[in-house]
Amino acid sequence: MNFWNDPLKVAAAWLEGIFTGWGMDAVLAHVLVVFLGVFLLITILMVLDIFLVWIERKVVARFQDRIGPNRVGPYGLIQPFADIIKLIIKEDTTPDGADKVVYNLAPILSMMSVLILWAVVPLAPVMLGIDLNVGVLFLIAAGAIGTLSIIMAGWSSNNKFAMIGGFRQVAVMVAFEVPMLAMLMIPTIFAGSMNMNAIIEAQNVWFFFISPLAALIFLIAAIAELGRAPFDLAEGESELVAGFNIEYSGMKFGMFYAGELLHAFTFGGFWAILFFGGYRFFGLEQVSPFLAILILVIKAMLGYWVIMWVKYTMMRIRIDQMLGFNWKFLTPLSFALVLVTALMNTLLRGADSWLFVTGMFLSNVVVGWIALEIARSVARKERERVEGVKAVEAHH
Amino acid sequence: MTAEQIIFLIVALFTLGSALMVVTTRNLIHAALWLVATLFGVAVIYALLNAGFMAVVQVVVYIGAIAILFIFAVMLTRKDLRDNTPQTNKNWWAGALIAVLTFAGLVFTLQGWSGFSKTASAVPLGFDAISQLGEQLTSPTAYVLPFEVASVLLLAALVGAVYVAFNKK
Amino acid sequence: MNEWLYVALFIVVGMIIPIGAIAAGFIFGPKKPNPIKQSTYECGIEPVGEAWIQFKAQYYIFALVFLVFDVEAVFLFPWAVKLGQLGLYAVMEGIVFVGILVVGLVYTWRKGMLEWV
Repeated sequence: MNFWNDPLKVAAAWLEGIFTGWGMDAVLAHVLVVFLGVFLLITILMVLDIFLVWIERKVVARFQDRIGPNRVGPYGLIQPFADIIKLIIKEDTTPDGADKVVYNLAPILSMMSVLILWAVVPLAPVMLGIDLNVGVLFLIAAGAIGTLSIIMAGWSSNNKFAMIGGFRQVAVMVAFEVPMLAMLMIPTIFAGSMNMNAIIEAQNVWFFFISPLAALIFLIAAIAELGRAPFDLAEGESELVAGFNIEYSGMKFGMFYAGELLHAFTFGGFWAILFFGGYRFFGLEQVSPFLAILILVIKAMLGYWVIMWVKYTMMRIRIDQMLGFNWKFLTPLSFALVLVTALMNTLLRGADSWLFVTGMFLSNVVVGWIALEIARSVARKERERVEGVKAVEAHH
Repeated sequence: MTAEQIIFLIVALFTLGSALMVVTTRNLIHAALWLVATLFGVAVIYALLNAGFMAVVQVVVYIGAIAILFIFAVMLTRKDLRDNTPQTNKNWWAGALIAVLTFAGLVFTLQGWSGFSKTASAVPLGFDAISQLGEQLTSPTAYVLPFEVASVLLLAALVGAVYVAFNKK
Repeated sequence: MNEWLYVALFIVVGMIIPIGAIAAGFIFGPKKPNPIKQSTYECGIEPVGEAWIQFKAQYYIFALVFLVFDVEAVFLFPWAVKLGQLGLYAVMEGIVFVGILVVGLVYTWRKGMLEWV
C-alpha cells in the first residue's frame, strides 16, 4: 500500500499512528482523523467554490459575447478573492423587524445542506466517501434541509419580497422533487442498489445510453431544484428584486451565493455519477486515484457547464406555466418512464448486453416521443381555442 | 456508560426539549421550526439504531414535505401570526388526563417485557435492510396487500384534501 | 462504528465553516446601524403594512399533492432496489401502486386544483 495508490488510507494510518503515539485512545484518534479528513474536503470545496465564481462569470461573459473579469490577476483569476474581501468588510445589516435567530440560521443551513451532499460522493475507487446504502435518498434529504433554509430566510426577513420569493422557490422545489425522486429510481433499478458507488460500478455502459430520457428529466428537475433560469422566478429581479435573500448583506448573502454555485456544481457531479459513470472512464480510474478524481471533476464541470448553458440561454417562465409543466407533464411522464423501465428491465433480463442497451434506448425514445405527441396535440388545441376566442373578439 | 448511550441521551433530551418548545412557543412559525428540530431528533435516533433508510425517509417526508406543509398551512390560516390567544382551551385537563393515562398504560404494559434490560443483537454483516424491505413489500406471501393498500390510503388522503379545499372556495 | 457518525461529522463541519465565514464578516465589517439602514427594503418606498400576512391557499394545495407523491416515491424505492431479482409480478404490483395514485392526480387535475389562479 503506497501513497499514490491509496492516499487516503495511507495518510489516515500515518496520522492515526502519530495520534496513538501521543497516548490517545484508538477510537478517538480515528474519529479525529476522520474529522480532519472531512475538514480538508470541505475546505477544498470552499476554495473550489471561490473559483466557481470566476468560472461562472467567465462563462456567462462568453455566452453574452463579453470578456468577463480580466483586470485583477492573469485572466481575472484573482477577481473572486477581491469579491470575498469585499464581502467580508461589508457591513452586515439586519432589518429591524427580522426574526434574528431564524434570520441568522438560514444562510448557515443553506450552505450546510450543500456541503453535506459531498458526504456520499465517491471520488475514486479507493475514496468512496461514506458508503451509505441509501445514497440517492440522502440527496433528497439534504435538499429538504435546503428547502427549509429558504423558507426560513424568506419568512424571517419580514419583507414582502423575501416572503413571496421564498414561497415561490419552495413551491417550485417541492414540485420538481417528485420527478427527481422518480428519476433517481431509474439508476436504482439498473444497479439494484441506492448506493452511489454501486451505481457507478454498475455502469459498464453509461446509464445515459440506457436511459437518455431519465438523464434529461433529472437535469430539468435539478435546474428547478437549484432555482436557476428558466426556473428562477423566485428571484425575478424585475418584480421581487432578489427573492428570499433580499435583506441579506455581507457574508450572509455570500453564503447563499456561494451555496447556489456549489450546489449547481454538485448537481453537475451527481448528474455525472448517476448517468455518466462518475469517476470511470475506460479503465483510466484504475491507474491512479488522482486521475479518477480528475475525471470526476471534469465530468462535473461539464455538467455544470450544461446547467450554465441552459441558464444563460433560456428566458424565465411564469409560475403557473412552471407548475403546470411539472404536474401535468413531467410528473406523469417520469412515473410512466419508471414503470416502462421496470417492465423492460424484467423482460430483457438475461439478454445480451447490446440487446439490453438497444431495447432500453428504444423504449426511452418511444416514451419520449409519445409524451411529446400528446403535449403537442394538447398545445395545438389550446392554441386553436385561444386564437378562436381572439377571432370572435375581433369579429365583434 | 458507552459513547453510544451518551449520544442517545443527548439526542433524546434535545428531541424532548424541542417537542416541549413546540407546544409552549407563542409564535406559530417558531413552533413549526421547533417541530422540525423534534423530527430531526427522531431521525437521528433512527440512525443510531442502524435504521438508515428510516432516518433518511424521516428527513425526506417529515422535514421535506410535512413541515413545509405545516408552514404553508400556518401562513394561510392565520391573519396575524403574533396573536395572543391562550394556548390552552377549557378541555386542557381532559388532554392532560389522557396523556398521563396513556403513559401509565405504556409503562404498565412494558413492565413485564424482557427486552428492556437486553442489548439488541448486532445487525448481521452484509444484511441489507432495504433489499429485505423490497422483497417483503412485493412478496405475495408477505406484505403486498398492505403495500397496495398504502397506495389507496394515499389516494384517499389526496382526494379528501382536494375535496375539502375545493368546497371551501 | 456506525457510518452515520461520519454524516454527523459532515453536518458539524458543514456548519462550522459558514459560521466561521459569517463571523469573519462580523469581525472585520463596520457596525454603524441606524434606523433608516435597518428599515425593510421595499425599493426605496416606505414599507406599508406587515409582511407576515395571510398567504395564498394555492401553495398549500401544491404542497399537499407533493406530500402524497413524496410518500409514494419513498414506498417505491425498496421495490426499485429489489426489482432486478424479482419476476414480472413485482412490476405489475408497481404498476397497480402507481396506477391507483394516478387516479388521484387525474381527479385533482379535473377538479382544477392544478391551475394557478
